[in-house]
Amino acid sequence: MMPLFDFPGGIHPPENKAQSSATPIRQAPLPPQLHVALRQGMGNAARPCVAVGDRVAKGQLIASADGRLSAAVHAPTSGVVTAIAPQPFAHPSGLPELAITLDSDGEERWIERQPLHDWPQRSGAEIRDFLAQMGIVGLGGAVFPSHLKLGVSPLETLVINGAECEPYISCDDRLMRERADAICDGIAVTRHALQARQVLIGIEDNKPQAIAAMQAAAAAHGFGVVAVPTKYPSGGAKQLIRILTGKAIPHGVRATEHGVQCFNVATVYAIGRAVLHGEPLISRIVTLTGAVEAAANVEALIGTPLDQLLALARPHRDSHEVVMGGPLMGFTLPDLAAGLTKAGNCLLVKSPALFPPRPQAQACIRCGDCASACPVSLQPMDLFWFAKAKNFDKAQQWQLFDCIECGACSYVCPSQIPLVDYYRFAKSEIWAAERDKNAANLARQRHEFRQFRLQRDKAEKAQRLADKAAQAAARQAASHSAAANVVPADPKQAAIAAAMARAAAQREAAPLPEQHSSGLNDAKQAAIAAAMARAAARKAAADQAKAASGQPPAPPPTSSGLDDAKQAAIAAAMARAAARKAAADDARANQQPDP
Amino acid sequence: MSQLLIAVALMLLLALLLGAILGYASVRFSVKADPLLDKIDAILPQTQCGQCNHPGCRPYAEALAAGSDDINKCPPGGEDGIRKLAELLGVEFKPFGADAPQPKAKAVALIDEATCIGCTLCIQACPVDAILGAARQMHTVIASECTGCELCLAPCPVDCIRMIPPGSELTNWQWRYPTIPIRNVSSGATR
Repeated sequence: MMPLFDFPGGIHPPENKAQSSATPIRQAPLPPQLHVALRQGMGNAARPCVAVGDRVAKGQLIASADGRLSAAVHAPTSGVVTAIAPQPFAHPSGLPELAITLDSDGEERWIERQPLHDWPQRSGAEIRDFLAQMGIVGLGGAVFPSHLKLGVSPLETLVINGAECEPYISCDDRLMRERADAICDGIAVTRHALQARQVLIGIEDNKPQAIAAMQAAAAAHGFGVVAVPTKYPSGGAKQLIRILTGKAIPHGVRATEHGVQCFNVATVYAIGRAVLHGEPLISRIVTLTGAVEAAANVEALIGTPLDQLLALARPHRDSHEVVMGGPLMGFTLPDLAAGLTKAGNCLLVKSPALFPPRPQAQACIRCGDCASACPVSLQPMDLFWFAKAKNFDKAQQWQLFDCIECGACSYVCPSQIPLVDYYRFAKSEIWAAERDKNAANLARQRHEFRQFRLQRDKAEKAQRLADKAAQAAARQAASHSAAANVVPADPKQAAIAAAMARAAAQREAAPLPEQHSSGLNDAKQAAIAAAMARAAARKAAADQAKAASGQPPAPPPTSSGLDDAKQAAIAAAMARAAARKAAADDARANQQPDP
Repeated sequence: MSQLLIAVALMLLLALLLGAILGYASVRFSVKADPLLDKIDAILPQTQCGQCNHPGCRPYAEALAAGSDDINKCPPGGEDGIRKLAELLGVEFKPFGADAPQPKAKAVALIDEATCIGCTLCIQACPVDAILGAARQMHTVIASECTGCELCLAPCPVDCIRMIPPGSELTNWQWRYPTIPIRNVSSGATR
């Protein structure tokens, strides 16, 4: 018997699990139409890779993951894609989300399944990639992509979470009772991927049948099954790790850094199904309970409309709302037309008789009950004050983000204050402020780069102009020297002018402004250089003209156009001949003086 | 007497030595940039909209750091921004002027692509290069980069740019402040 540890705080609410845990898991009937939401992971919505009208097979990839925290989505059954449009979504906001609507054809025709039979030979990275393709996410509620949790190996302890501490929920209980062997197969795969030294399966001691079943199945594998005392929220990852290993994972540190990783039993079951049978995550077990005639656990396809699922349990007439999740951490569903998501572990039907409305909140009396109930040792009353006063900096300093929103504080509050609502409000305000800050930083960066770009463009343009002017000057000088053959010093002068222009251009080109502080000056300098180059060119031209003034004037214009062209051609030919002759003369003259 | 002189000389020497050290340190470890400027700039929303009559947020921050402008000239920053500036600069909160630009809801520019003639005027006006396009090609706004400064509205010759408030999405959805819900009471209760 290994020693167990305790976490601070915690509560013992009425369990209410017997209603749904008595009967075996039922298969939910195949719905005629499914709404498979594309947002199944924590991150971005997946990107659809089928089109409206496509026939898809069961298990076929219909949307691929978009980004790190996103999860791939597969067709839960065979059928035809009839729409890719916003549909009601199981989220407290009530905002519609993009979903793929699938009309099932009733054939349940599977795509060719490709299990990873040789997984003991595969590396952790290969198994990770495989699970990412299979769209496996954490089924305990956080829907964190599982392959991201398999990154660190070797690991000291792999903790399997079968605590299921929240009242009313019993899907993991039934899964462990009925499919313990399959769970252990999944654990074996997970353990192999993580190279974990030991495996501890934590199950609350209010589930004796599940403990027995898991013990029987785990014996062959050598996994330890530990009955942990029933206390809410022992099913929180950090809480269960604390109970089983005694390690308190500090704020802002991943459990893997302390050699521990935690998976939910339903998640490892899904990992087992994916690796050993090639089945992507297309169904899950859902507890239907609360104010219903026939509370039960059903295995339902992802995307099954929630109202059809609920009809299986026959809700009472006076039921007025449905909560997804448990009574402490769940949220009221805004629309029951939404399809089941991978996060949907429980549908809890509320009726005024079973769940009397919470009395109106009174003022905080500073009794401190919330602080003694808090499993992460926060000061809930202070956080409440700060959130209420919108003093978010202070709330953050009091470690608001360590709050796991378990609802223990709201449960014990004698003034019936909805404390968690305040924390959620404060958290989302802080996130919004963070988003604004990031947007401002991006805008600042882009604005600064734009300014730098404008300066750079200006400098480059000025340089181009200067180069062009210098070239023009050089060309002009060269052509003049060729045409006017009188003064032998002319080519030299032109060369000097050209060199000066080049030097000016180089001077201009040399300093490219790194800091965009002196942009105006740069532009001015460039303009000056260009003007200088132009002036040099003009001067050279004037010199040429002066030197060439002895030449015979151009022939007078004649009357007829045809003659004009002919005469021009003749003149050009004459000029060319003269130039050739001049060049020859020049060469001779150059040769003669300096033998 | 000599003891007194020694003491005075000693103190003088000490003063000179320490003064030299301090002088060296102030040169060696001097902070070049104005830290206040960066702090002010961090508070400003970086829309670069020019509603403060400065060509961008940084110039306004410079003016604020120099004390040559008021803290209530930045409508996109909202009253919250004024409060933060007041706290940082140690001055009184000052509301927006009655005839000055008022804060309004955040929005993102949208180009009506059927009307756009591809003149590139808006591209040149955008302070954060959030408009994509080329001459005589259709332009479009990269919504995630748009700061909502509205500087592209005025230059457009065909008035094809509109400001669209961002829709509510899961990514920007927020939990509301907890309130006591108002319920309909059946008429039987009033009897």
